[in-house]
Amino acid sequence: MSIVAVQLGQCGNQIGREVFNTIYGDAHGTHGLCSRKENEAYHDACAERFFSEAQSGVPVARAVLVDMEPKVISQTLSIAARSGHWKYDDRSHFCQKQGSGNNWANGYCIHGPRNKEAIMNLVQKEAEKCDRLSGFFTIMSMAGGTGSGLGAFVTQCLRDAFPTSFILNHVIWPYSTGEVIVQNYNSVLTLSHLYRSSDALLVHENDVIHKICAQLMHIKQISFRDVNQVIAHQLGSVFQPAHTVEADIHYSRNPLGGLMETLVPHPEFKMLGLRNIPQMPENSLAYSTFSWPGLIKHLRQMLIANAKMEEGIDWQVRPPCPGSTVPSSHSTNKLLHFNTSIANLVILRGKDTHSVDLGSFRDPSLYTSWLNPQDAFNAWKTPRAFNKYEKSASLVSNSQFLLKPLDSVVGKAWNMFASKAYVHQYTKFGIEEEDFLDSFTALEQVISSYTNL
Amino acid sequence: MTQSVVVQVGQCGNQVGCRFWDLALREHAAVNKKGIYDEALSSFFRNVDTRRAGDGPDIYKGKICSLKARALLIDMEEGVVNEILQGPLRDVFDSKQLITDVSGSGNNWAVGYKVYGCQYQENIVEKLRKTAEHCDCLQCFFIIHSMGGGTGSGLGTFVLNLLEDEFPEVYRFVTSVYPSGEDDVITSPYNSVLAMKELNEHADCVLPIENESLFDIVNKIHQMTKSGKLGSTVRQNSLLTSSAGTTKTVQEKPFDAMNNIVANLLLNLTSSARFDGSLNMDLNEISMNLVPFPRLHYLVSSLTPLYTLADVNVPSRRLDQMFSDAFSRDHQLIQADPKHSLYLACALLVRGNVQVSDLRRNIERLKPSLHFVSWNQEGWKTSLCSVPPVGHSHSLLALANNTCVKPTFMELKDRFMKLYKKKAHLHHYLQVDGMEQSCFSEAISSLSDLIEEYNELDATKGGLRTDASRLKIAV
Repeated sequence: MSIVAVQLGQCGNQIGREVFNTIYGDAHGTHGLCSRKENEAYHDACAERFFSEAQSGVPVARAVLVDMEPKVISQTLSIAARSGHWKYDDRSHFCQKQGSGNNWANGYCIHGPRNKEAIMNLVQKEAEKCDRLSGFFTIMSMAGGTGSGLGAFVTQCLRDAFPTSFILNHVIWPYSTGEVIVQNYNSVLTLSHLYRSSDALLVHENDVIHKICAQLMHIKQISFRDVNQVIAHQLGSVFQPAHTVEADIHYSRNPLGGLMETLVPHPEFKMLGLRNIPQMPENSLAYSTFSWPGLIKHLRQMLIANAKMEEGIDWQVRPPCPGSTVPSSHSTNKLLHFNTSIANLVILRGKDTHSVDLGSFRDPSLYTSWLNPQDAFNAWKTPRAFNKYEKSASLVSNSQFLLKPLDSVVGKAWNMFASKAYVHQYTKFGIEEEDFLDSFTALEQVISSYTNL
Repeated sequence: MTQSVVVQVGQCGNQVGCRFWDLALREHAAVNKKGIYDEALSSFFRNVDTRRAGDGPDIYKGKICSLKARALLIDMEEGVVNEILQGPLRDVFDSKQLITDVSGSGNNWAVGYKVYGCQYQENIVEKLRKTAEHCDCLQCFFIIHSMGGGTGSGLGTFVLNLLEDEFPEVYRFVTSVYPSGEDDVITSPYNSVLAMKELNEHADCVLPIENESLFDIVNKIHQMTKSGKLGSTVRQNSLLTSSAGTTKTVQEKPFDAMNNIVANLLLNLTSSARFDGSLNMDLNEISMNLVPFPRLHYLVSSLTPLYTLADVNVPSRRLDQMFSDAFSRDHQLIQADPKHSLYLACALLVRGNVQVSDLRRNIERLKPSLHFVSWNQEGWKTSLCSVPPVGHSHSLLALANNTCVKPTFMELKDRFMKLYKKKAHLHHYLQVDGMEQSCFSEAISSLSDLIEEYNELDATKGGLRTDASRLKIAV
């Protein structure tokens, strides 16, 4: 089945291009250290998922590019075309002349309704190109105006037009300072609206990726390109084909459906975080070897201690002992840092994945009590190595990963709202104080739900 | 891509505007090597085939034929505009873009606003419409004027009003040159305060400039180049301070160096909207991020580095110096000290070889030494434009919405009151048709209100930060 990507705004378009680049490069640039047959099957599944075949023979990304100003789209199209390996459909993009000016209300209330028909026509055409449509993968930042405001509007339209398709929103969480001053307002409005129409929100925090670039990738002068490449690598490691059922010879048919089925058992909990291991500069790869037990041990501790990356994991954090209802003061302290999960998905790629023991992820003490632990964990595997990593593991987690960032964004936006700063900029485009209050209420509800896991 | 139109009013406005067009042409000439009319060029220039009779049609694609500035030149005397028309920039303008008179406004706001405003209203609107028709998506008007005189201050703010009526959707950015304490125009406090009321009510953003500050900066650059300490590595002809390299060698006028600084302010302000970059900033993002309350739209600006060092690969230390300087008192374009006042918001517009990690490092480094208002502790907006200014490897424009503008306004108020108490020179204004004493009292109370708004914010400075108590959810 195929996935249609919808790239929105500057951030969405820049990341989207890197994602297709990574996916294409992984499928074609490497042999994947597996059997030829396996590699071919992987290759075919990947092609069906992300690319359509053009007459020229150059694969065409299944994507719709949307922005309210032309610069980024024209750049994105031309960089992709210059690669010579894959390209975007010349007609599958939409842009206007003037951006949304970091104003969510402008994107949602003005640009959205005004351009709905044109954008949805493009989406419809792209969807019709797919023999079987799994769903939509929208890529957007929640800081600005176009990605966030128009993105929330388009997500709503997708939900109306494709009620049975899956919608996964990839959301870039902005740097905590320095991108856009009204980003906390825009974020609150975006998240609360996406929560209504999206199936799940897969979140990447810029601050975290920036740290990964510095500490794991050893990049000195970090550019947005570097940050986007790490994000693309992580996304590729999830969305490239994998076997979802043990000993199945076929690659999974419905990647988005499989993801939702495992990870979103309740509509109140839709925030997904992503971790992967290992991550290092390409030239160090040749000198490194990894063992599965080592990788799994690290990945599990990253999960329970809510570590954003392999470095600096707090090894002291332990899951609560079963039956201990009144923990000692010492262990409460540790418990506070323990990250409770609703559901987890681990994806293993590379040599000997069949022999990997994932029992430690099945431990019921990792999960909230109201779900059957059997249903809370799933693993996808493929012997096909990903992106030059001989062995790699990714974790997609519906857990308290995003509780702190969410609480902080809502808190900062609320502080600003209390002084009514910047509110006039939104009312100008039709978002009233009431709408803000509704959004705050919705997100406080989400915070409270995740807190009480 | 969007377009902007520059409206330059009065002597000062036209002199600064003239420098702006010169530098804009040079910048695009340096970037656009193929001579093709591109979108970046289209933001400030039309491409016209002048060989055709009449008003040649715009050419949207292909080779550059003849570039015409998207500008309206207004002055109530002829001197400065005539000089421009005889100078190297004459081909950039044509007679349809000019509005001049012969008798001047006599340093009287009321003459500029009431008399000439009335007299030229239709003419101005018609020419503005014509200019706007040539744009396919007009985003912003830039008014350049001075506050102290008659034409720039009076007619300039009249035009500001007209723009709001005629083009309510288009942003209005005003570059206002404020008179210094020892201004030779006696009535400049009157003119400035009367103009301030209009700026308060009708501008989206105002970039205040003080001549004293420009003068100090020019001196500083001269000292640097002469001291010899840096002499060997400093390029004498950076775009910022010199007009060398224009199409014809012109004798440098005393104010050119100062006006160049203002012209560069506008170039850097618009660079991210014109050129590519990894983090774009469109003009509409500036007011969205920097103006938390409608009237508090005065942005203090600083440009760094003032000179460029000759090496290409910039070692980190020097790059960081550029960020530090942007916050120091002697780099601001008005006499103000943002570091010791309260920030409502701050934007860093970076050009050239600078990455997001450089931005982050410097924000982290500088943050502890700056005071931000409690509800906007992380009030930073940034942009990265990949095209550096000509002759530089990188540059920074910092825009601060900061209570440090207050002293400038208070001083203006004091000088106004000194005259007003004695009713000095008032009759020159009151004899103008439509000008009443209430205009003065309303103007001064508008200014007082503005100062009070800044006072209230200042009062929160240093107080304990308490977070607003959050919404409670029934579980």
